[in-house]
Order: sequence, then C-alpha cells, then structure tokens
Amino acid sequence: MSAEANAKSMSIIVTKGTLDWAYPPFILATTAAAMGLEVTMFFTFYGLTLLKKDLNLKISTLGNPAMEMPMMGMHMALPNIVSALPGVDGLATGMMKNLIKKKGVASIEELRDMALEADVNMIACQMTMDLFEYKREDMIEGPSIGGAASWVEVATKSDINLYI
Amino acid sequence: MADQVLDTKGLNCPLPILKAKKALKELPTGGTLEIHATDPGSVKDFEAFCRTTGNELMESKMDGSTYVFLIKHTN
Repeated sequence: MSAEANAKSMSIIVTKGTLDWAYPPFILATTAAAMGLEVTMFFTFYGLTLLKKDLNLKISTLGNPAMEMPMMGMHMALPNIVSALPGVDGLATGMMKNLIKKKGVASIEELRDMALEADVNMIACQMTMDLFEYKREDMIEGPSIGGAASWVEVATKSDINLYI
Repeated sequence: MADQVLDTKGLNCPLPILKAKKALKELPTGGTLEIHATDPGSVKDFEAFCRTTGNELMESKMDGSTYVFLIKHTN
C-alpha cells in the first residue's frame, strides 16, 4: 500500500471472468494505482478465475448482440443461433486475441502483473473458492483471502467503489 | 532535451500512462521525461494524469503523427 496517508482510494468488485470483461477492472486498477490511489480489488464468483496462475480466458458472442468485430472494413455481429454453434466461441476468442495484439492493447496477464507490481491489494473471495472448489495453489501469489466483510471495511474508507 | 525519452508508439490505453509512471519513478525530482505516443486518447489522459499526480505537464504537442509529451517529475 502507498505510504501517502492522504492518498485517494478505490475499490473494485470483480465479478466477471471472460476475456472482454477482465479488461475494465484491471485497466482501472493499474491506472488508478499509477495516479497515486490506493486500490483494492475483490474477486468473487466468475471474477475469481482471473487470479488463476494459468489464464485461458474466452469471450462469447452469445447473448451479446452489441458485440461487433471489425472485419474486412466492416463490422460483424452474430445472431444468437449462430453463437450457440460449437466452435464459434473459440473463433470469436481467437479474433479478439488477434485484435488485442494488433492494436497494442495489453494482455490481461501483463495488466495483472503491473497491478501486483503497483501494490494493488487483491482479495480472493473465500466463499467462491469453496463453491467452485478452487485451490489456493492454483492461484497466483499475492492476493489475500477474505469475505464480504473484508470488502465492506475497505469500501467504507474508499473514495470510489465500483462493481464490475 | 529531456533527461529520458520513453517510446510508447503503437501502445494503447492504459499502457502509455503505466509506462510513463514507471519511468517517472526512476527519475529524480525535477527530472524530465519525454513521451512519444500514437494513442490519440493519451492527450487527454496525460493532462488528467498530471493534474491528479501533481507532476508538471510542460509540453503537449504533435510531431507528424506522433504525440509528444514533456513531463517534469515534481511529485
């Protein structure tokens, strides 16, 4: 944590673990830390998967009609009935990963490393660990394990609280 | 001439800010950092970054298709 006593602070509840939804919390956490804020991330439910040592994040176009991928100068969106076909999620994930590389967007692994390096305080939800049978040794070093009260304590003292 | 030059060309948000922050940390107080970027969003972001952190944005300009920022490490 930052030594500055008057530093502003931000907390983020991270609830989603798909490749696209992994970006907002890590981008905001790393940027806020770079701007001198004390940042806490609370990983719960599907967000907890973002703390695994080996990330294999995917996206799904299913139930996401606003998702358009740039393709040959146009944009492509998929109807749900096509999204449900086997292999489509894998295809969409591959396209997204290519775009990320091409456009100079950081990988989630890279942002997560930068967050740890910047002393972002990470809390893994104990209940979710139990529920989904995650083992501590499958997760990265760094995060502590806690419950709702741990977040509430941080949140009462934070200037910004986000739920993503 | 800046004390250090940081090339973030081709990188997208928030990498130019994160890399600039790292570079500033290495600089002594009063040291200057020149950042090259191609991300159009970085213009507004470096202004916000400097206002919030207290570092001084001495210059923000375009050189061809590159955005150039000069930041003095004051905090």
